[in-house]
Amino acid sequence: MSIADKVAVRLRVNGEDMAVMVLPYKTLLEVLREDLGLTGTKHGCELGECSTCGVLVDGKPYLSCLAMPLDLEGRDIVTVEGMARGSDPHPLQVAFAELGAAQCGYCTPAMLLTAMALLDRNPNPSRQAIKDALSGVLCRCTGYVKIFEAVELAASRGAAGG
Amino acid sequence: MADDLTIIGKSLTKPDAYAKVSGQTKFADDLAPPRMVYGRILRSPHPHARILSVDTSRARALPGVLAVITGDDLPVKFGILPVSQDEEALAREKVRYVGDPIAAVAATDEWIADEALELIEVQVKTLPAFMSIPDAIAGGNEPIHGQSNVHKAVALEFGDTEEAIQAAAYSREDLVFFEGNTHLPMEQHAAVAQYGADGKLTLWTSSQTPHYVHRALGKVLELPMSRIRVIATPNGGGFGGKSDIFSHELVAAKLAIVTGRPVKITLTREEVFYAHRGRHPVLMKVRTGFSKEGRITGMQFQSFLDGGGYGSYGVATTYYTGALQATTYAIPRYRFEGVRLFTNKPPCGPKRGHGTPQPRFALEIHLDKAAEALGLDPVEIRRRNLVRPDSRTVNWLRITSCGLDDCINKVVEGSRFLERRRAMPSGRGLGFAVSSYLTGAGTAIYWNDMPHSEVQLKLDRNGGVALLCGAIDIGQGSDHILAAIVAEVLGVELEDIQLTTADTDLTPIDLGSYSSRVTFMAGNAAKAAAESVRQRLLQSAAMALHCDPEDLVARGRRIFRRTRPEDGLSVAQAVQLVEAEQGVVTGTGSYTPPRLAGPYKGSGVGPSPAYSYSAAVVEVDCDPRTGEVRVPEVWIAHDIGRAINPVLVEGQVEGSVYMALGEALMEEQSFRLGLHKFPSLLEYKSPTALEAPVMHTYLVETIDREGPFGAKEAGQGPLLPVIPAVANAVYNALGVRIDEIPITPDKVLKALHDKGKRVGPKSVPAFGFPPLIKSDVPEEWRGK
Amino acid sequence: MAATNPGSAFIAGGTDLVPNLKRRQFDVSALISLNGLGDTAVVDGDADGGLTIGAGATLDELARHPALDGAFQALAQACDQVSTPQVRCMGTLGGNLLVDPRCNYYNQTHAWRKAVGFCMKRDGDICLVARSSPRCWAVSSSDSAPVTVALDARVTLQGVEGTRRIAAAELYKDDGIDYTNKRREEVITSVQLPASDLRVTSAYWKLRRRPSFDFPILGVAIALAWDNGRIRAARGALGAVGSRPVEITSYLEPLRGQHPDDDLIARVADAADKPSRPLDNTDLNHYWRKRMTRVYIERALRDACGLEPLAGRLSAQVGNDRPR
Repeated sequence: MSIADKVAVRLRVNGEDMAVMVLPYKTLLEVLREDLGLTGTKHGCELGECSTCGVLVDGKPYLSCLAMPLDLEGRDIVTVEGMARGSDPHPLQVAFAELGAAQCGYCTPAMLLTAMALLDRNPNPSRQAIKDALSGVLCRCTGYVKIFEAVELAASRGAAGG
Repeated sequence: MADDLTIIGKSLTKPDAYAKVSGQTKFADDLAPPRMVYGRILRSPHPHARILSVDTSRARALPGVLAVITGDDLPVKFGILPVSQDEEALAREKVRYVGDPIAAVAATDEWIADEALELIEVQVKTLPAFMSIPDAIAGGNEPIHGQSNVHKAVALEFGDTEEAIQAAAYSREDLVFFEGNTHLPMEQHAAVAQYGADGKLTLWTSSQTPHYVHRALGKVLELPMSRIRVIATPNGGGFGGKSDIFSHELVAAKLAIVTGRPVKITLTREEVFYAHRGRHPVLMKVRTGFSKEGRITGMQFQSFLDGGGYGSYGVATTYYTGALQATTYAIPRYRFEGVRLFTNKPPCGPKRGHGTPQPRFALEIHLDKAAEALGLDPVEIRRRNLVRPDSRTVNWLRITSCGLDDCINKVVEGSRFLERRRAMPSGRGLGFAVSSYLTGAGTAIYWNDMPHSEVQLKLDRNGGVALLCGAIDIGQGSDHILAAIVAEVLGVELEDIQLTTADTDLTPIDLGSYSSRVTFMAGNAAKAAAESVRQRLLQSAAMALHCDPEDLVARGRRIFRRTRPEDGLSVAQAVQLVEAEQGVVTGTGSYTPPRLAGPYKGSGVGPSPAYSYSAAVVEVDCDPRTGEVRVPEVWIAHDIGRAINPVLVEGQVEGSVYMALGEALMEEQSFRLGLHKFPSLLEYKSPTALEAPVMHTYLVETIDREGPFGAKEAGQGPLLPVIPAVANAVYNALGVRIDEIPITPDKVLKALHDKGKRVGPKSVPAFGFPPLIKSDVPEEWRGK
Repeated sequence: MAATNPGSAFIAGGTDLVPNLKRRQFDVSALISLNGLGDTAVVDGDADGGLTIGAGATLDELARHPALDGAFQALAQACDQVSTPQVRCMGTLGGNLLVDPRCNYYNQTHAWRKAVGFCMKRDGDICLVARSSPRCWAVSSSDSAPVTVALDARVTLQGVEGTRRIAAAELYKDDGIDYTNKRREEVITSVQLPASDLRVTSAYWKLRRRPSFDFPILGVAIALAWDNGRIRAARGALGAVGSRPVEITSYLEPLRGQHPDDDLIARVADAADKPSRPLDNTDLNHYWRKRMTRVYIERALRDACGLEPLAGRLSAQVGNDRPR
């Protein structure tokens, strides 16, 4: 394929409407990172086997490495860059920072977004509900404990809808 | 002193936390300089073959391809250890494992680069492959390197072990196997190289060891190191997997020079499995004599390491499989024989615990079995053999602080191990083990007299502090450790510290984030640098305040009199006073570990300025019909010396427990038909959030006399006791001994149906170890 | 569109297709998205009158759907145990029914397959797991497929030649490559779960290494129809032990007319593992997987009978005991 094969795609990312010319075989991960400069979404296995590239689509956790942008026109895409309100971090981001839930930080964006989707559905989740919700994002640093605690801390501070 | 600390010992938010939770941290793969092109590497599909020719002409002709290089473009050999310079950036004569790099392409996009790889024609003569330890020992017509597949063989003895074991009231021998596994950082390795018009090369790389990458680039590219700048980007996890020099780093640099364009190479997940340098598979034989009270009289330990295709850190790993037995237990007579074999698999190297989890697994199972035979409980046999603080081991390792006794008490009491283990419900069991680990290797990779860590500070007129250090944060929190120590000493706040790290143009040396050395060594350098500056601030302040510098305290951004706190000035004012008088306010600090090596050949591996200690109790829940093992709860205590930031230390301990459970129960690098069986994140099993146990973490502080504020290490040691504790717990639960990891359900079921109630190795291959190097024993061990 | 684009493939959630495309397991000239087909109801009807489930329903929707709480809970259990929450939010029932049979000699990158020697499923001419075999032994790795077979579901297929409805069991062929009777240009539009005058119970048990991410290395789906405390009819199917869902209904015959007890269930389970023939091409040891078949049949049967599935023993499969 050549440049001439690029197609226009309109995406709504973090509340902003964006139009971009992309090669149609590029995944959402590649378009976010390479065409829209949103490198907060991390490049993982690219095969749906780690969820490091996780984003939200219409509030649900999605794998950007397997999602085709042309299929997502009109959907609401949220990346980690969309979590803060202006300069104010989301309560989950604060809790993750305070409790050391982000060690290397590579799974963190996906972990945060997945947790945000959980809290929007279930503002006071049990430990088991948190484990279930986060069971699709691999982390190699933390042993998950600090992550669970950070989600609980954010929930206790009323993070849902924040 | 502890009460005076305002930053050290507090669970503060680390300086890089908000960049990480916002997605702003720039990892290597996030970088994209203007005009960047993509590099890809052609890898060997053969485990062992001689290269006859490499024809790149068709690949070069593909539109969009800017360069194609082969081994002839990078002919200089390299290796992380001076004694093992056996690697080539791109193989020239031979390939030694499936995944060994052969050629590389730079192209305008990744799809074109991939297509170009397909067009490179490689003619080879395939050779028989050596895929196991016995294969490698048996040898064949053409060894993997040189004249033999034996990479390194060592044999050391401290006192007459045979006599000590023969004379013992009880002795036993056990055979244990530890399967290899890999680090699996979530970030795939990535490197971006740029070659400027000024003839300077810059490499951004997700490396734990930018200093060694800098050296290797100079050597292989034959460029003066002054023209090369290596910047380590924050590592998206390392665990030892990014502490070697990798082909893609050298290749990206070469392609940048050839094309004049920035070149990025990001490894695919499959390639990360081939880059590897992970846990060595090790087959072990341990034989120990005990008095009737259960005291060790002597020990003989043999290890056979399956090294993979190249040397990597393997010589050090080989010694490490024999080095730390005696830093945990008082062993009066000790023999160690180890051999590392080359095999046609991705090279093994250092993974969290470097060479010590394998012997720890063997030793702690062995002691459990001995305890049972001697009628002792598993805790008592360890207590009777513990090393003591401020002592010296029979293999000449110097012990300073040791909180192992306290660690044992914490986990045994917390889990009610002794009461509960005799009355566990069906399928449930408790296991116990202890361990010790290095706080930094006492000898550097390149033996010289220079410091291992250096820190430079520059103070601003407004009280800000620029901190420069070669250390790289790999998620363990080294940025916080440096900032916290400097802020504490200078009496400023954490946010006043501006960090510049791991940039060979700007930062003074730190040898790297490996061997649990950064807190101790870079921490001591940071402390020394801050103290040198503080001395000058206090002197100027004392002049202004008309008092003795000894009477002054720096805290809360002020310097004031201890006795009259209202009498003081701000740190910024003090800086201005010094700057007015002496010019730019800078300070440096360095750390060189004491010379600790014993008087024998091979004594360079094992010495450390301090050792950390850990104890663990693991509870398992086994399904006797399926053999499945689940871990609901873990108790872990770790002697950290001092916790500079407790929440970060807990994170290291919990992460170590997690990684240990993965190794104990599911992670393995297995091979079939000459290649990795399943190089993917789906089939290489890494535990998920649903498998995370309840963890009870106890931090034991011993305030080591040489550590910065008494700190030791937390990144590696806590992994060690957990793996054998799982095996011991399975025995408690089901009465079966699984003497190899991973403890998979099929092995458990097999053991349940086995007459001996055991699964594990039955023999070690015949191998002629070299003659023993017989070392003197230290004076305190003579006659014991 | 598919009829006029010979190299095309349908894509819904993409969670099975896209990784396979990236590994170059098939070449596709165009992807035809099924996601713009409009909002057919996720689930229509009820257990008494029969349920119709839109093939585009996501696995996540079905895992939580109240209509699948009773008789058809096996389908919810199966959907809930597919891979990860992320995959369940993207993946659809139609896609899961058609998961490309898997094999750990096949679900590998192009470079890996080239190194080991290509297999007949793509680019080669032998089966690497059974070298003398004339056929491909890739493993049916769908969680929902054995459930639809056990529940005697019907599958509606729509193509250029019209719409047809077939039994779920008829959807599958016993071949790792040519594994479905669906024509290339046909799309599964819905799945119908049959009405019953009787009380129906069902259960799905999945064996895998980790309680998330992993495909089944054994699945057991059981459906029982009850009459006054006695089993009137029993159907069952195994997943991941062959190239299609393997029916074990005939082995469940001794349950008919019986009040099931511990002993009867154990005896039936011991015999019903006969058609399970796992090969060494998935995770874990295949002899062990064979031995697990009877254990999991027993557990699934007990679950469907409302008995404690583990009979007092705790399982390492934490995924099975979490609240939905």
